[in-house]
Amino acid sequence: MDSYILGILMLAGINLVAVLGLSLLTGFTGLFSFGHAGFMAIGAYVGAFLTVSPARDVPGLGLPLVVGILGGGAAAGIVSWLVGRITLNLKGDYFCIATLGFGEAIRLVFNNVQRFGGSRGWPLGATRNPQDIWVILLVDVVAILLVANLVRSRHGRNMIAIREEELAAQVTGINVFRYKMVSLVTSAVLAGVAGVLLGDYLTFINPKIFNLTKSTELIIIVIFGGLGSISGSVLGALLLTALPEVLRFFEIWRLVFYGAAVILIMISRPQGLLGGMELTPAGIRKILAERRARQALRAEAAREAEGGSR
Amino acid sequence: MSGILEVKGLTKRFGGLAAVDNVSFSVREGGISGLIGPNGAGKTTIFNLITGVYKVTEGSVSFSGSEITNMEPFRIADRGITRTFQNIRLFKNLTVYENVLTACHMSAKYSIPEALLRLPRYLREEKALRAKAEDLLSIMGLTERRDVQANNLPYGLQRRLEIVRALALDPKLLLLDEPAAGMNPDETEQLMRLISEIRTRFKLTVLVIEHHMDLVMRLCESIVVLNFGQKLAEGTADEIRGDPRVVEAYLGSGGN
Repeated sequence: MDSYILGILMLAGINLVAVLGLSLLTGFTGLFSFGHAGFMAIGAYVGAFLTVSPARDVPGLGLPLVVGILGGGAAAGIVSWLVGRITLNLKGDYFCIATLGFGEAIRLVFNNVQRFGGSRGWPLGATRNPQDIWVILLVDVVAILLVANLVRSRHGRNMIAIREEELAAQVTGINVFRYKMVSLVTSAVLAGVAGVLLGDYLTFINPKIFNLTKSTELIIIVIFGGLGSISGSVLGALLLTALPEVLRFFEIWRLVFYGAAVILIMISRPQGLLGGMELTPAGIRKILAERRARQALRAEAAREAEGGSR
Repeated sequence: MSGILEVKGLTKRFGGLAAVDNVSFSVREGGISGLIGPNGAGKTTIFNLITGVYKVTEGSVSFSGSEITNMEPFRIADRGITRTFQNIRLFKNLTVYENVLTACHMSAKYSIPEALLRLPRYLREEKALRAKAEDLLSIMGLTERRDVQANNLPYGLQRRLEIVRALALDPKLLLLDEPAAGMNPDETEQLMRLISEIRTRFKLTVLVIEHHMDLVMRLCESIVVLNFGQKLAEGTADEIRGDPRVVEAYLGSGGN
């Protein structure tokens, strides 16, 4: 395969891992985070430390990529648990602002830790390995199954209940804090794993990669794909990772067109591509059943109105 | 006499204002009791204190003989107290079925890893949950509306769905906050029958806040009257109806 196309696919696959996590947190639990690039940074740096060869200028431990993936994900998860302890009791917008602050703080920490190259960045190793597309695909499949199985269980339904109506969720016996925490940690682990994969793909990391723009990009993909939809997140990650490449034609104007394209689509479809829907056999059955039920309700209301006027 | 729910010296202050001031009452097991009073008397605040949504300033709440004062709302729900809201709070974007299915969660025990790996216990319990939700819908006459999104339901059915969602928790005590608000006389009549029916069928104790005097007087075996956060009177419907203080607080002096 053309290595340029392959590169875009790898990047889309990496973005997808982080997007799936954020989709669980924002799309299914209703918590907006503008700090997920911070969790990606933690994953990337821990992953790099575990996998970079000890012979390099800025040495690591030289362990296999799998160890890096597990370690990077775990590190991001642990940090998110600490962050959650402090911030998850904050309501709505305040949680969002706290995550924004967290993301920037993490970036500045890595900017100043000279051991990992500081703001100059950290060259991780040789050239990109095209075979890693298989690793990325495998991680994608595992992440999709993980989030899908969670969402279809009582635990996932409890998260959705929190998104829909937090007070009602509480009196329905749902431990709101605990489920917000599970959602946050799961999403941070996935962001961390995405960070490891991104470092492996770029063969170079620097704190600037994980700035607020990266967090915003992830949020845009989730909202664009549709809140509360896993298939929407998959589609969103593919399309929005490829879009800037398609727009290269516009040269320096391409990000302007990127922004305009996203705005146009959001105006024409505010719920995102697949908000609340799934492109699976069960998901499609559900959409059809809902449509039938809505029509039945409307027909009944019309009959009643007619009966009343007579 | 001790009831399933015992409220003793319950007080809630918001800054200097005592929304609920030293209120004590007891709710008899298996009965339907009413909590009435003019607007701002503190009725909903009492529900919020019982269910742990607000923190109690002073006093205590005990349920089935054990103290539940200031426990977290989900633990209180776990003990068997559940409620509906004055301004309906359904899971709006979910279907009728999903609303009930979500609330059935306490009947299953499978863990998150079991769900992720779809182990046998997950599959077995999930099947039971789905059957339970379908059962409840059919008992409560909502099967036909199973796939309707909650916020598309007619108003009366939204209220009914909120009650079904509460029943999905297998509660012992059901708190209804103005269940007849916004209903016409016909719907109110249906609601009254529904409340009596579910009380018997699910062996419930019911405590209801209501403004429709007709409904309260006919439905409730005992009534607590609040005014300005304090208990004004307590007794049977007849006693309350004849109490001049209640008549004055509620209808103003000069009568009906």
